[in-house]
Amino acid sequence: MKTLKELKPGEIAVIKSVTGEGIVKRRLMDMGVTRGTEVLVRKVAPLGDPIEVNIRGYELTFRKSEAENIIIE
Amino acid sequence: MVFNDERGIEMSYTFALVGNPNSGKTTMFNEITGNTQYVGNWPGVTVEKKEGKARRFKDDISIIDLPGIYSLSPYTMEEIIARDYIVDEKPDVIINIVDASNIERNLYLTTQLIELGIPVVVALNMIDVVNLRHDKIDIEKLEEGFGVSVLVASASKGLGVTEVVEKALELAKSATVKKSELSHRIFDNEVEDSLKKVKELVNMLANKSGYSARWLALKLLEEDIKLKEKLDVSEVMMSDIKKLGQELENKYDNDIETIIADNRYRFISGVIAKAVSRKSKGNTLTMSDKIDKVVTNRILAIPIFLLVMLSIFQVSFGSIGSYTIDWLDVFINKTISGFLTSLLEAGGAADWLKALIIDGILAGMGSMLVFVPQIMIVFFFLSLLEDSGYMARAAFVMDRVLRKLGLSGKSFIPMLMGFGCSVPAVMAARTLENEKDRRLTIILTPFMSCGARLPVYALFAAAFFAKNQGVVIFSIYILGILIAVLSGIFLKRFILKGEVAPFVMELPPYRIPTLKGLSIHMLDRGKGFVKKAGTVIFAASVIIWFLQTFSFTFQMVENPADSIMGGVGRLISFVFAPLGFNDWRASVALLTGVVAKEVVVSTLGILSGVGEISEGSAELAIALQTYFTPLKAYAFMAFTLLYMPCVAAFGAIKREMNSWKWTLFTVGYQTGTAWLVAFLIYQVGKVMGLG
Repeated sequence: MKTLKELKPGEIAVIKSVTGEGIVKRRLMDMGVTRGTEVLVRKVAPLGDPIEVNIRGYELTFRKSEAENIIIE
Repeated sequence: MVFNDERGIEMSYTFALVGNPNSGKTTMFNEITGNTQYVGNWPGVTVEKKEGKARRFKDDISIIDLPGIYSLSPYTMEEIIARDYIVDEKPDVIINIVDASNIERNLYLTTQLIELGIPVVVALNMIDVVNLRHDKIDIEKLEEGFGVSVLVASASKGLGVTEVVEKALELAKSATVKKSELSHRIFDNEVEDSLKKVKELVNMLANKSGYSARWLALKLLEEDIKLKEKLDVSEVMMSDIKKLGQELENKYDNDIETIIADNRYRFISGVIAKAVSRKSKGNTLTMSDKIDKVVTNRILAIPIFLLVMLSIFQVSFGSIGSYTIDWLDVFINKTISGFLTSLLEAGGAADWLKALIIDGILAGMGSMLVFVPQIMIVFFFLSLLEDSGYMARAAFVMDRVLRKLGLSGKSFIPMLMGFGCSVPAVMAARTLENEKDRRLTIILTPFMSCGARLPVYALFAAAFFAKNQGVVIFSIYILGILIAVLSGIFLKRFILKGEVAPFVMELPPYRIPTLKGLSIHMLDRGKGFVKKAGTVIFAASVIIWFLQTFSFTFQMVENPADSIMGGVGRLISFVFAPLGFNDWRASVALLTGVVAKEVVVSTLGILSGVGEISEGSAELAIALQTYFTPLKAYAFMAFTLLYMPCVAAFGAIKREMNSWKWTLFTVGYQTGTAWLVAFLIYQVGKVMGLG
């Protein structure tokens, strides 16, 4: 199982599923992080966390701990 | 409500503005309502509520600007407020602002709004950005897909705004709420089947509560805790619904919230595929990307952030900020006060009346008004950061540093402002998205040593630590930061506990803020401060003045030592005995310091028989040495740093917390912390033989 956390800036992946539960998962889904969506890792913040991704044509940021919940194909 | 006038029957309507953050909702609201808007708070919470009237319409149209949200989930305060408002207050029409340049995610909220049983008009905002990209959006296909009216607009250019309101008015007037069955297209057949079954179960409940049965069924299928509690849904019914939900979960091998969200986004993708043709490739570098290459650059990001912060700080509290404060101070306390004094003397007013008007009421108003320009300057910059899109980047860059305190990256700004003045700093906590983060930031911000406390440190450092003044004062600032860090960890653990707000944030494209938007925001803040915080500050100032000026027999006294406050100070001085400064002069000075912290210095001057001074003097230093030791002095400085902030900050805290309970907790926590820290400093120091 590969998660989004393992991707490097510039890499693209397709989302397989989002794990976890409650508010974090719901928020990710609400922001469009859903199955089958393409996601591009844009960059990592200067202090190593959080990360920035491009999804559904906009820029989204979340922490690495949240990226770990995003399983990719 | 119906009322008549000479032109015939006119109606009054309420429209709610709903949309994602950064969708241009505020700009749209400003365009529709102009200067009729009123900014307040939703009851009991720190979330802002904006209302206004639509201009240029014969009918009386109230516009409610609901908080910017991405979804109607039950997880954030903003989302709960928005949906409670819609389902309970039932506005006549929902105007849904959709950012056309980020259409896919924006339409996610739309799929939820069309389920609520209230007519929806979609305002496809920022259409100019789409045109600039040479993308095409087929409005008819969009209308067909969602079953609602869609109108293009560009609020920042003032285009299409009136048409949106006209359309909403038309819908409101047609009165027959078109039962839109189109929302049924959103979900798979399996989900629809389950929904139908749940709907049968909740039909009665829907009738009783007045909610749309379909919406209620969907929410309960999602096991929406808030709604379940609110309607007091029986356990029996819940378990029946849960069973249906579980069947679905087994079929999809996923949880119900995911199934629903997946369904919604799949529906949107389907409509978009038909309605939107993109010329631009998603991965080409936009202007925003280019700016970000520099602004969130690995090496440059933090220096740029610090530079931005320092410039704002310098302008707000250095040059322009302090100039306006000084100028207003002179204007109120010299010019107006002088004029009123001569007027009162000419009229032969009694001394107490003169004192009440000049030293009580006028000075009380002055103590509030001097903050207004500074608040406006700070908020000018804050809205500049917010509207331009930089604020989100600042949070992105600083998140790691503040996460340890349980705070998000955006808390950095209020904290930093705290070194200037707690009043605008506390108000700046508004920029945080999460209610818990806001409350925590408000509690911690006054621990950052504000400018008014410096004269106290300067006085004591000069009197007791002549050789190491700089180091000693610096250590007090560090102490404040340290206490804030420890308090952050403590409060998050025990008081403001609960699920951590996820850091999942949009980085909106950079935009050029409009001067109109900035000035409206700035004036709102100034007005809000005077109206809301002002009453508290004014009342407190007058009460304190009274306590300081009159004796227990209601005689006016010259020396504050003889006043009611002096008496109280003497009475409570035992409280400070374990901290080392049990001399009554110290406790009276601390009491008067609540007016403004620098007043501690002048009170000590008067009580020590040196006279009223505002800066440290050699005479006062010598006098202080008779009842302070260096250790006691240090404990006193620490106490001054940490105990409850001045009345102006108190008023700002009350305004922002929007709750007396939280306000009193805040100042209680601060004063308790001050006592404990000063106690530890004094007692440990004594044991170490520093006494």
